[in-house]
Amino acid sequence: MWNTVKLVVFGLVALAAAIAANYGRDLAYQVHALIFMAVAAGLFIWSLRHWDDPPAEINQAEYMDGVIRAGAIATAFWGAVGFLVGVFIAFQLAFPVLNFEWAQGYANFGRLRPLHTSAVIFAFGGNALLCTSFYVVQRTSAARLFGGNLAWFVFWGYNLFIVLAATGYLLGATQSKEYAEPEWYVDLWLTIVWVAYLAVFLGTILKRKEPHIYVANWFYLSFIVTIAMLHIVNNISIPVSIFGSKSVQVFAGVQDAMTQWWYGHNAVGFFLTAGFLGMMYYFVPKQAERPIYSYKLSIVHFWALIFLYIWAGPHHLHYTALPDWASTLGMVFSIVLWMPSWGGMINGLMTLSGAWDKLRTDPIIRMMVISIGFYGMSTFEGPMMSIRAVNSLSHYTDWTIGHVHSGALGWNGMITFGALYFLVPRLWNRERLYSLSMVSWHFWLATIGIVLYAASMWVTGIMEGLMWREVDAQGFLVNSFADTVAAKFPMYVVRALGGVLYLTGALIMCYNLWMTVRAQPKISDEPAMVPAE
Amino acid sequence: MDYHILREIADSWALLVLFLFFIGVVAWAFRPGSRKIHEDSASIPFRNEDKPADAQEARQ
Repeated sequence: MWNTVKLVVFGLVALAAAIAANYGRDLAYQVHALIFMAVAAGLFIWSLRHWDDPPAEINQAEYMDGVIRAGAIATAFWGAVGFLVGVFIAFQLAFPVLNFEWAQGYANFGRLRPLHTSAVIFAFGGNALLCTSFYVVQRTSAARLFGGNLAWFVFWGYNLFIVLAATGYLLGATQSKEYAEPEWYVDLWLTIVWVAYLAVFLGTILKRKEPHIYVANWFYLSFIVTIAMLHIVNNISIPVSIFGSKSVQVFAGVQDAMTQWWYGHNAVGFFLTAGFLGMMYYFVPKQAERPIYSYKLSIVHFWALIFLYIWAGPHHLHYTALPDWASTLGMVFSIVLWMPSWGGMINGLMTLSGAWDKLRTDPIIRMMVISIGFYGMSTFEGPMMSIRAVNSLSHYTDWTIGHVHSGALGWNGMITFGALYFLVPRLWNRERLYSLSMVSWHFWLATIGIVLYAASMWVTGIMEGLMWREVDAQGFLVNSFADTVAAKFPMYVVRALGGVLYLTGALIMCYNLWMTVRAQPKISDEPAMVPAE
Repeated sequence: MDYHILREIADSWALLVLFLFFIGVVAWAFRPGSRKIHEDSASIPFRNEDKPADAQEARQ
């Protein structure tokens, strides 16, 4: 019965997608319909060939690690892709000739930039959050993932979302909302996947064998729930045609801007902060082999962070049509956020108290510690930049880009690398990593890369801000916009070189993880049965 | 329910409720006798690393 239902559904979806591709009004929509058709047809054939298979046994006495292995591979892969695109667009900014004439409309900076941001935030970061949350929630709940193969649906569905988003950007389907660029049908697909994700995660928590829900799960859960809310509210739009990718936002003007930055800042606050803090609260204690410094502090950290972050969005809209009271509110809450952010940083760092010697011997813990350091640094810089007077200098300049990257490369990137180095030997049952000295190389390349990136962006951002506001004795502006672009050239080259170092480190990591799985001996006393996944 | 009513609720009662809730959370975290419970909770990552807890091992 179930097999028949599946076949009918896959067949109908493939047919509907083929019809949609035929009637499609624009290239992006047609390509996406063909992708949907190919996926549904592939699943149709796959189900048909596995018609007679006995139902897979679910062993509740084992963790479901197959989907986490797939997630770790996807994280490393998308990370390398996202960093590569980032390096390329950094060179495009320094050398505009790299916007090739033959690739205009597909691979110029404007098309590749959202590809880069989505690849690193949603593909690299998102897969890291998916796989670590599945790992952590199982271990801290002492229960197998809820929902059987639903976790696989979440993984493949999410990665299909990424492919749809990425191809859409290149082909020009975008609703022009930063970090929420995908068009209406891609948004709908992500909503379905996200509900399934919530079901898997919450279901696992509900069947936990520990009386207490460990703090990392609180952070992961707040990330999942809040992203669902943000995603739905910021993507309320009406498609122009059911056979086209274009849609029109329901909100307009300043309401639309406020909704967008309520979304945008909380994407930072809940996707890139709360979710990754979930990683910190599990992997740092595990790698340091000691419990979190203060569990009380982690509770206060959690509630303070989620109560405050949600209000900070208006600081993206200083000196706009947004009412003053709203932007003041955003600014005040951003500054108050200093406290929970630093409380969390202290909690993470002090977990090493009494074990600081590990920094000398363990490059993985070094990576985690520097990531917490960058977390502290960028959560100091952010509130400072949200102050209206500082923002009048920093806004629209490269300072903002530098700030984002010290957070993303330093905090999100480094903690993810640390988690991958922790996870891969365990997931593939290997005794140790292939090479610790490669981890050290990765650490130093990434750190020096971030320093080059952040420092050059500070210099160019402040210079640019000062040049924009410079007036002569008569009150006329001194510099044209092109003057600032010309002055920024050396810093743009330095920034791109920093990106090259960071990318090189990530490629070394990919090789190291690959060799860990390929060349390292298995742990001998491995359980005889491996779950059929 | 126009904007102004929502606005007044938000910056009076809602603000008070959220603030009291937060104070309550902090007080609850620091309540006497919580240290042992928190030490136990903090050690959750160091249990059940390899396989789920079975019925006997489950902690209530």
